[in-house]
Amino acid sequence: MPIYTLKINGEDRSVDVSSDTPLLWVLRDYLNLVGTKYGCGVGQCGACNVHVDGNAIQSCLIPAAQMEGKTITTIEGLSEDGDHPVQQAWKEVDVPQCGYCQAGQIMTASSFLAKNPNPTKDQIRSAMHGNICRCASYNRIERAVALAAEKMGE
Amino acid sequence: MSTTNPHAFSRRTFLRTSALAGGGMLVGFNLFTACKDKVQMPVDIASLDFNDFNAFIKIAENGMVTIFSPNPEIGQGVKTAMPMIIAEELDVPWKHVHVAQGILDTKNYTRQVAGGSQSIRQGWDALRQTGATAKQMLINAAAARWGVDPSQCRASEGVITNEKGETLGYGEVVKEAALLEVPEDVSLKDPKDYKIIGTDARNVDIDKIISGQPLFGLDYKTEGMVIASVLRPPAFGQQLESFDDSEVMGMEGVVQVLRFGDFKGGGDKIAVLAKSTWQAMKAKKALRAQWSDGTPLESTKNHDKLLLDLLGGTKMKTLRKDGDVQKAFREADQVVERTYESPFLPHNCMEPMNFYANVTPERVHLVGPIQTPKGTAERVAEQLERKPEEVYLEMTRMGGGFGRRLYGDFVLEAAEISHLAKKPVKVVFSREDDMTAGIYRPAIKYRIKAALKDGKISGYHLKEASINRNMYGLIPNFFPAGALEHYQVDVANYESNITTGAWRAPYTNFLSFAEQSFFDEIAEILDVDPVQMRLDMLQKVKGTTDERIQYSPERMEEVIQLVVEKSGYRNPVEGVYQGFCAYYCHNTHVAEVADVVMENDLPVVKKVTVAVDCGVVVNPLGALNQVEGGVVDGVGHSMYGKLTFRDGVPQVNNYDRYRLIRMKEAPKVETHFVKNTLSPTGLGEPTLPPAGAAVSIALKKATGNRLYKQPFVENLAQREIIG
Repeated sequence: MPIYTLKINGEDRSVDVSSDTPLLWVLRDYLNLVGTKYGCGVGQCGACNVHVDGNAIQSCLIPAAQMEGKTITTIEGLSEDGDHPVQQAWKEVDVPQCGYCQAGQIMTASSFLAKNPNPTKDQIRSAMHGNICRCASYNRIERAVALAAEKMGE
Repeated sequence: MSTTNPHAFSRRTFLRTSALAGGGMLVGFNLFTACKDKVQMPVDIASLDFNDFNAFIKIAENGMVTIFSPNPEIGQGVKTAMPMIIAEELDVPWKHVHVAQGILDTKNYTRQVAGGSQSIRQGWDALRQTGATAKQMLINAAAARWGVDPSQCRASEGVITNEKGETLGYGEVVKEAALLEVPEDVSLKDPKDYKIIGTDARNVDIDKIISGQPLFGLDYKTEGMVIASVLRPPAFGQQLESFDDSEVMGMEGVVQVLRFGDFKGGGDKIAVLAKSTWQAMKAKKALRAQWSDGTPLESTKNHDKLLLDLLGGTKMKTLRKDGDVQKAFREADQVVERTYESPFLPHNCMEPMNFYANVTPERVHLVGPIQTPKGTAERVAEQLERKPEEVYLEMTRMGGGFGRRLYGDFVLEAAEISHLAKKPVKVVFSREDDMTAGIYRPAIKYRIKAALKDGKISGYHLKEASINRNMYGLIPNFFPAGALEHYQVDVANYESNITTGAWRAPYTNFLSFAEQSFFDEIAEILDVDPVQMRLDMLQKVKGTTDERIQYSPERMEEVIQLVVEKSGYRNPVEGVYQGFCAYYCHNTHVAEVADVVMENDLPVVKKVTVAVDCGVVVNPLGALNQVEGGVVDGVGHSMYGKLTFRDGVPQVNNYDRYRLIRMKEAPKVETHFVKNTLSPTGLGEPTLPPAGAAVSIALKKATGNRLYKQPFVENLAQREIIG
């Protein structure tokens, strides 16, 4: 198996995996970064979203082989102490029910807000539309994204 | 002010205290024994050890309190709310409380179940008693040290104070307290003195969730563990004939391929064991297997016909019969009959089914997300022919349950595979496995017939035709039972080889829509206000002596009035179409009003106003989350949810073709709790059933189209509904 060197959460990590192994499973099974979740494997639920060069991407769809030279951030690397404004907002609003999809939701929201710091309600709803929350905590997700935007503007 | 507990159970029978070796005090209690009306412990209290208890409070010498919460957490919030109740009566600041998931083993833990919205309701008295008893023991210890009578001391916020104003922290007296007799008569707080109950407490796992720390079954791993991806018969009713693993065995990471399923060395499933999840999933796809037909392969088309035949037939079982509905129909001015239809639904927990098993000669170690740890561990012991005490089961947080994790099929799979492979194994379902190897909400059809006379309903006949199981016995005693002189509920079922089971708010998740939508249509036919019609019907139930009646007409009336007031139902706004529903299930009374507007000629569900009476709201922050989630889930599944079968094969297997509600379709949920001090009831389920009903009625007003079938999106004249 080939060895790939991936830049993840600011560190170079080498993994020995087949070229088609999705980034999701590299993170979870080889690098012990299990915050990124498996939900569907077909890019439909967003539970596996990570940042690749700042963009929220479904890590279940992208093979490790294509990730060399990219800057990858996972939920574990989003902030030092869980204090990214989006994480703080998630905590204040107490978003999670089962909590499984929330890392993916947070990664989508943080990438979106980095590009659009003053979103409208409709823009928030569109940006978060790709992430499924089976517990349907959508009202709180929407509020938390709006609150995070406020925090980032302060 | 204090109140004594009306339930006469003895503290001695479910509480035991002990000094901890490292300092501090341990209070053990058997939550679920204590919750039963008649407490029956198996042996003399003196011989009990801590293994007979299923929940613990640990008070350290520094005053910090750890509460080990026994119940499975599936997102319903009990891991936060149950300890809050204990902390209230123990009277410690919530910030001094650390909550841990109970250390689990099936020998020592009993009746740990998450299901039926019962955790809080059944735990209420016992949790308060436990906290209050521990507090009294701490007071007694402090009083003894001071040489005063305990009645001269009081405790608050973790500090005991005597009449001279001297103080001792809980931590300072735990050593002595642990050695004292368990007091029999302790008083409970007056609800108006609550400092923790009724305040907002965040999810106790919030920090781990937002930073991606391992919590869930899928995150669990041990050294040397392999991943098992399982190939199951593609159609319900098929059996495995043969398979060829030659290609697969050469694939990267693959360790072993084995047939299993009957715990005897055979079976209809094939497990592919590999070093990583991706390797296991990929190898499973490359497996070639031949299947033969065992039992008939069923299709939705046949189900539809079979269920309609059952509804029209005479072979029904009567669950409740008041008066004579046939007479009411004969004497009616008008008879209205409608049929309502629902599809199968998969649960679609975001965390696919998975479980870890390590079967060794010494013990059977099981780890993962399960709603029924005890029953499942017993089944594993039985199947593996092991002693129950050799099975050690640990629960992880669950990425959703919705009923699916009541069933331990995936635990049995993991145990059998590990037993055969002699390795630690984790079975991981792909999303496709999860959706196609389900234990589904069965397809159900209802037929409701009403006799109308003198502008009122004079008779009501509800018939249910369901796949496999029929409604549970309490449901026929929900509204409108008791409100009508002539009332009858009949059921019939069709035995299918497609596996079915509980799905969030079983039966009522669809029955509510059928019944409430029917009432709305009746009100339309009678030209009366649908809300007033419900209120009028409830009057007859007041003061009923029929002990079978499950709901309270007074509490139902109150949620109806509250939702009418808060939703602006009496002051309609141009262009906003409102649908009203009132429903009781899982011991909680709920009324909802859905607002639908037309945007670009499409109906959009904008908002749902909810009035809930669940008694005391233990944790409002968590309770609101449950209500909001239940309502949006109810809207989503009645609008979009559907699974069909063709020749035994589920016709969709992933989210590209199975539609779950998403952000843009989610209505805003506005929640109002009835304020009272009645014992709390659960919230995991009861707000879901009314949501689909309220939406269907609002959609009727908006589009003119009365809905009789779920999912609504396929049955509206409009091509599409967006949010």
